[in-house]
Amino acid sequence: MALALLRREGVVAVGAGQAAAAAAIALFLLLFLITPVATVIYVAFTEKGSGAFTFVNFYDFARTDLFVRSFWNSVYVSAMAVVLASVFALPLATITTRFEFRGALLIQTLGFVPLIMPPFVGAVAMQLLFGRNGTVNLLLDDWFGLKIPFMEGLNGVVFVQAIHYFPFILVNLSASLRNIDRSMEEAAQNLGCSGFRLFRRVVFPLALPGYLAGASLVFVKVFDDLATPLLLNVKDMLAPQAYLRVTSIGIADPMGYVIATVLIAVSILAMWASAAAMRGKDYSTAQRGGGGLSQRRMRRWESALAYFVVFLILGLVLAPHLGLLLLSFATIWSYSPLPDGFTLAHYTRVFGESFVYIKNTVLYASLAGLIDVVLGTAIAYFVLRTKLVGREWLDWAASAALAVPGVVLGIGYLRTFYGVQLPGGQPLATLWIMIVIALAIRRLPYALRACYAALQQISVSLEEAAENLGATKARTVRRVVVPLMTGGILAGFISSFSTAAVELSATLMLVQSSSDAPLAYGLYIFMQSPAGRGPGAALGVIAVMLVAACAFLTHLVVERSQGAQGLSS
Amino acid sequence: MPEIVQNEPVRVRGDALQPLGVRVENVDLSYGANHVLKDVTLDVAPGEFFAFLGPSGCGKTTLLRLIAGFNQADRGRVLVGGEDVSRLPPWKRDVGMVFQSYALWPHMTVWRNVAFGLEERRLPRAQIKQRVAEALELVGLSHLADRRPSQLSGGQQQRVAVARTVAIRPKVLLLDEPLSNLDAKLRVQVRRELRDLQQRLGITTIFVTHDQEEANTICDRIAVMNEGKIQQVGTPLELYQRPANLFVASFLGAANILSGEVVGAGSDRAFRLGEVFLPIPPGATIPPGAKLVFRPQDVQITGKGSGAFSGTIVHREFLGAMTRYGVRVGGTEILIDAPFHAGDRLHEVGQEVAAMVAPEAMLWLAS
Repeated sequence: MALALLRREGVVAVGAGQAAAAAAIALFLLLFLITPVATVIYVAFTEKGSGAFTFVNFYDFARTDLFVRSFWNSVYVSAMAVVLASVFALPLATITTRFEFRGALLIQTLGFVPLIMPPFVGAVAMQLLFGRNGTVNLLLDDWFGLKIPFMEGLNGVVFVQAIHYFPFILVNLSASLRNIDRSMEEAAQNLGCSGFRLFRRVVFPLALPGYLAGASLVFVKVFDDLATPLLLNVKDMLAPQAYLRVTSIGIADPMGYVIATVLIAVSILAMWASAAAMRGKDYSTAQRGGGGLSQRRMRRWESALAYFVVFLILGLVLAPHLGLLLLSFATIWSYSPLPDGFTLAHYTRVFGESFVYIKNTVLYASLAGLIDVVLGTAIAYFVLRTKLVGREWLDWAASAALAVPGVVLGIGYLRTFYGVQLPGGQPLATLWIMIVIALAIRRLPYALRACYAALQQISVSLEEAAENLGATKARTVRRVVVPLMTGGILAGFISSFSTAAVELSATLMLVQSSSDAPLAYGLYIFMQSPAGRGPGAALGVIAVMLVAACAFLTHLVVERSQGAQGLSS
Repeated sequence: MPEIVQNEPVRVRGDALQPLGVRVENVDLSYGANHVLKDVTLDVAPGEFFAFLGPSGCGKTTLLRLIAGFNQADRGRVLVGGEDVSRLPPWKRDVGMVFQSYALWPHMTVWRNVAFGLEERRLPRAQIKQRVAEALELVGLSHLADRRPSQLSGGQQQRVAVARTVAIRPKVLLLDEPLSNLDAKLRVQVRRELRDLQQRLGITTIFVTHDQEEANTICDRIAVMNEGKIQQVGTPLELYQRPANLFVASFLGAANILSGEVVGAGSDRAFRLGEVFLPIPPGATIPPGAKLVFRPQDVQITGKGSGAFSGTIVHREFLGAMTRYGVRVGGTEILIDAPFHAGDRLHEVGQEVAAMVAPEAMLWLAS
C-alpha cells in the first residue's frame, strides 16, 4: 500500500519527502485503525476454535433475547436523544443567529460547555438533581405531590445524552443558519411569506444539511456511548453489552466482537443515511450581490419570550455542571434539595491522591492532539495541494475513524496487540502509549476537518508567489502554509485535546493499572461508589476547568494570530 | 445561450391590474450617524419604467428597499397607487422585487420557486399551475421547470427570478441591479428583454443601477442620486442636455468642467482660463461662482480664427468612431472628441491646435 503511493506510470514522480511522509501516515493508519477494526470484524465472522468462516455468531446474537432487546433499546435511546437534543438546540440556534439578541455569543459559548465533561459524570449530578429523590422531584413532591421519572431507566440515558450531545446540533445548525443570505428571506417576504411559515418553508430547509450533520453525529455518539448507561445502571444496551461481554467472559469470546461489528454497522448506516439525505443539498446562499446575514429585531414580548426560553434551556443543559459543582463541595447530599453542608475536603483528597490522573490526562490528550494536527495538516495538504496517488485514501481512512465506536477500537487493540510481546515480556496492548494512540485515532477526523477548513481558506496564489520567489515546496509549506493555517491547526488541536481529555469508551478497555489511568477513568472509578462521589465530583470540576482553560487559551492565541494577519473581522 | 423571447408575445390575461404610480414623500433615513436618504421626494408615473441611477453608496438601493418595505424611514412616507404603505410589512405590500443576487431558493425547483408567492396567497391549485406556466412561458423557461437553480446559467437564473416576481402580479416591479451578475454581452440582450417584458405587462417598474448606459437605454425617466439626495429627475435626453448641476453633468457622459473667471461686461464678456480667454455668447446668464461645462464632442478643432482658443495636444486615444484628444489650454486639460471618417488624419501629441466651443453647448453650472 505504501509503495503504491509512490508512483504510477506516466505520473511525474512526486518529491521523495512527500511520498515518505504519506507512506508513514498510511502505515500508521493501517496499523492502528484498519488492522484492529478488521480483526474485530474477522473474529466476529469466524468460528471459535476452528477459525472457519461462519455466520453462526450472528445467528446466536439474533437468537439471544438480551442482545435483541439491547439493540432496540440502543436504537430507541439514540433516536430519542436526537429528538430531545433538537428540542434544546433548535430554539437556541434560531434565536441567537436569526435575531438581534444580546448575549448571543455568550449563549453560543455556554452551549459548548456540556461537551467538555464526560456524559457519565453529568449523569451522577443529574441523578441528584432530577432523580427519584433528587432536588427537582423533592420540590415537585412538596408543592404538587407528584414526581416525574426523568431519570428512570432509559429515560435517564436519553436525558443525560441529549444534554451532553446537543451542542453538536447547535453548532452545525447555527453555522448553517448563519450562512443563509438575507435575500433568501427577503425574497419570500416580498412574495407574501412571513413568520413561522417563512421559517418552515425557506429558513429551515436551507439549514437542513447542518441539522442533519449534527443529528447523525448525535445518533452515532449516543449509540456508541458505554459509560453513561453503565453508570446509570442500564445494562441492556448494545455498547455496555460489548464491554461487559469482553471484560467478564474474556477476549476470546466471539459475542463481544459480534456486538462490536453491529455497532460499526449501525454507525456507518447512520452516517450513510445522513450523507444520502444531504446529497446535492450543499447550499451556499451567501452569494455575489447578497446582503449578508439578516438579524431581525424582536418586539418586546418576543424578546421576553426568547430570553425565557433561552434561560430555561441553558439552565437545563448546565444543570449537570451546577450539580457537579455542588456535589464537589457537599458533605452529604441525599434526600434533600440541596447538600446538608459544604467542605473543601474532596478537593484536598483529590489533589493528594489523584494528581496522577490529571498529569496523565494532560500528557495523553496533548500527545494525541499533537499527533492529530500533524497528521491532519499533512493529509489536508496532500489532498488539497498535491497530486499524490492515493491521497484520497488517506483522507478516507482517517475520516473512517468517525464510524468506529470507541469500545470497538478498544476491543480491537486488545485483540490485536495483546499477543505482541515487548522485550520485557509485557504485551504491547498494556502500554500507556496505546491509550494515546487510541485517543489520537478517535479524534483524528475532527482535527482533519479543522485543518482542511484552514487550508481551503488559503489562496493557492500565496503559495505560488512563494515558489515564484524561489522557495521550495517544503520551505513554502513551512514559511507560508503552516503560519497561515495556525488558527485552524490550533482549533484542531484544542478540539482533539478537549474531547480526548474526557474520552472514556476506548480507554476503559486499555487502562491496565491506575497509575497509567487518565482522568476520565479515575472519575468512572470514583463515581461507582456512593462514597467516591464527592471526590469524583471534585475531580470532574477540575477536568472541566482544565479543558475550559485550555480552550480559552487557544481561543486567545487564535484570535491574536488572526488579528495579526488581519483575518479577523 | 438564452433565446430572446420577442416574437410571439404571451398574452397577459384580462385580470391584469391597472398600473399604479409610486410616490415617495419627504423620506429621511439614517443608519446611526450615516444619513443615507435626505428628504427624498419622488413621483413615478403609472406604467413608467423608472431608474434610480447613481454611484455606489448614493442610497439608491436603500430607497428601493424602502419601497419594498425592507427598510423603515425615520420620516416621510411611501405611497403606492395613492395608498400609504409605509406601515405595511414587506409581505403585505404586493410590491415585487427582483434581487441583485436573484435569491432563488436552492432547495426548490424552478417551478416551486415561481409557485411560492402564489401558494402564499392561497390560490387554488389549478390557478397556481396555470399562472406558473404562464410566468415561465413569459420568460421562455417552460422547459426548465423541473431544474434546480444551481443547474441554470446566470441568465436563466435571472429570468426565473423575474418570473417568480411577476407571477404574483405585483402592483409595482422593483429591479435591484438585475444585470450586474451577467456578463457584458448577455447584459445588452437581457436589458432589451426586460424592457420588452415591461412594455407587455404594462407594469410600473423601478430599476436600480449604477450604469448610465443601462438606465439610458431602457428607462423612460431617471432619477440621478448622489449622497442620499435626488439630484435631478428627467428623461435621459433632458438629463444629458440640461443637467441641473455639476454632479449630473459629470455622471452622465464625459464633460469638461472648467473653473475660471468672468471678465469684461456686456457683449464683451469672456471666461478667463489662465492666459486664455474664451468668449461668452451674448445673453448667457451666469450664476455667481459657476463653472463652464461642455461635452467633448461640442468642441471642434479648427484653423486659427475668431472665437477660437489654442492649446497643445498632450494625449490621444483613438476610439474608432472618434478620437479623444486631451488638449492643454491655459493650465487645464480639456477633452475634445473629433469624429473619425475614412481618410482623416489624426493630430499628433505635441501639436498646437486651435479649437472652438459651440456657443449653444456651453452650460454654466454652480456646484
